Amino acid sequence: MAATAISVAGVAMRYAARGASVAALADMSFDVAEREFVAIVGPSGCGKSTLLKILAGLLPPTRGEARLRGTPIAGPRRDIGVVFQAPVLFPWRTVLDNVLLPVDVQGLPRDRHRRAALDLLALVGLEGFEQRYPWELSGGMQQRVSIIRALIHDPAMLLMDEPFGALDAMTRELMNLELQRIWLERKKTVLFITHSIPEAVFLADRVLVMTPRPGAIMDDVAVRLPRPRSLDAMSTSEFGGCVARIRARFNAQGGVDA
Amino acid sequence: MTSTRNVALTIGLLCVSLAGWEGAVRLLAVPIYIVPPPSRVVVALWRGFASGLYPRHLVYTLTETVLGFLLGAALGFSLGIAVASSRYIEYFVYPYIVMFQSLPKVALAPLIVIWFGLGLASKVVNAALVAFFPLMVNTMVGLRSADEDRVSLMRALAASEPQIFWMLRLPGALPFVMAGLDVAVILALIGAIVGEFVGAQHGLGMLIQSMNFTMDVSGQFSVLLLLSVLGLALNKGIAVLRRRVLFWDPSVKSRSDAL
Ligand SMILES: Nc1ncnc2c1ncn2[C@@H]1O[C@H](COP(=O)(O)OP(=O)(O)OP(=O)(O)O)[C@@H](O)[C@H]1O
Ligand SMILES: [Mg+2]
Repeated sequence: MAATAISVAGVAMRYAARGASVAALADMSFDVAEREFVAIVGPSGCGKSTLLKILAGLLPPTRGEARLRGTPIAGPRRDIGVVFQAPVLFPWRTVLDNVLLPVDVQGLPRDRHRRAALDLLALVGLEGFEQRYPWELSGGMQQRVSIIRALIHDPAMLLMDEPFGALDAMTRELMNLELQRIWLERKKTVLFITHSIPEAVFLADRVLVMTPRPGAIMDDVAVRLPRPRSLDAMSTSEFGGCVARIRARFNAQGGVDA
Repeated sequence: MTSTRNVALTIGLLCVSLAGWEGAVRLLAVPIYIVPPPSRVVVALWRGFASGLYPRHLVYTLTETVLGFLLGAALGFSLGIAVASSRYIEYFVYPYIVMFQSLPKVALAPLIVIWFGLGLASKVVNAALVAFFPLMVNTMVGLRSADEDRVSLMRALAASEPQIFWMLRLPGALPFVMAGLDVAVILALIGAIVGEFVGAQHGLGMLIQSMNFTMDVSGQFSVLLLLSVLGLALNKGIAVLRRRVLFWDPSVKSRSDAL
């Protein structure tokens, strides 16, 4: 077994909101190994984004402890890359400068990372768009920019919160293939949050299934499909079995939203 | 195609209304010291320029306005930043600024002339005081309007608060700041003219007043025309600046493409 990259132990989260308080996470515990691709699926509002914010150091949990590579999370750190549901690009920066944002913030050498950024842009098919502005790009292209922005400072871990949620089905499949390719090339630890069961099964080594709010892990499904996976993998019995098992867990809990 | 037709139509309309004005004044024998015919206004304008009187006063008023605008803009911008970045300043200082703003500032002009004299300084101060407020409010609102997701992204990258300010909040506030400048430049012109009305030796406002004493209404009309052209030019100047600064803003871009 490889070293542990992310370790979440008994994490609970309550939001205080005008007198009443909302329990977002009940009791989360799980581990993610180095270089593992783990997907989390769960119904809307079950606390997935909350979990990601805790891991990104943006939000201290009410209870429990989360560790990244052995050290407790005390705030934002530089060895993680975060991708949000929306691309969150800066309109006054060109595509290239958007990718270089983490480099500017963290004061890393710009010329060396410039080359890396150009390589990454080529990797996701955005050659020739380096000097364009975000609004000149389609939604899928913008999301690709935000993914390679999360990779530019070469973080050991990637946290992704429904990065393809806003895309149409076809673009989404292409992006899944592209993400898998990037991951196979760079071998990072990935925690990938999604609404879509097939997407989770297609991408991940393991799928964690969450209960409705307040969230907790109710199942941990290992996906034994060889890599690299093509879209044809979706018609195998292993794929179908995993999807069926996760769906059954949801139905037992009172239905899925997506 | 359509634009040449529009220009022709505009010029045609202008000619027709000027001719109508001229005809009505002559036909009804309106005294020249009540409403002068446009031909008289043009003659007054021509004389003013030929004698060098108008250019001299125009430059003077322009100087007052631009200096007052720069001073007021700097003041409004820095106060906006201060109020937006500190709860304490907002709590303790902002109410006084709002109180000051609700005062009709034209009423302050006589005091300012007493304090700063009949020269340039009092007009600059008056223009600055009238112009600073919209810029302050817009700067404040702009800095506060930074998108939550973008702030989260910066925080997740372990950015410091100054970095968040310089790399996110300030550039994000620029569209608001530019809109504030748009209003401020015209207010600065008004402030300068009001200052000249109260007491001055130079400037277009002073010229209007002295013409009023001699019942030179055609002259007043010609100076008014000059003032509106000046206001229009200042406004265009800001529009050019805006396109330079907000080159990345799709709304600015599409507007300039459409023209
Ligand atoms: N800042 C906040 N203040 C109060 N309550 C919040 C806050 N953020 C989230 N919540 C609540 O916590 C719960 C979990 O929210 P969260 O955003 O983590 O859900 P999610 O699983 O990401 O949902 P979705 O799939 O729709 O994105 C929700 O019920 C929400 O109402
Ligand atoms: Mg969410």
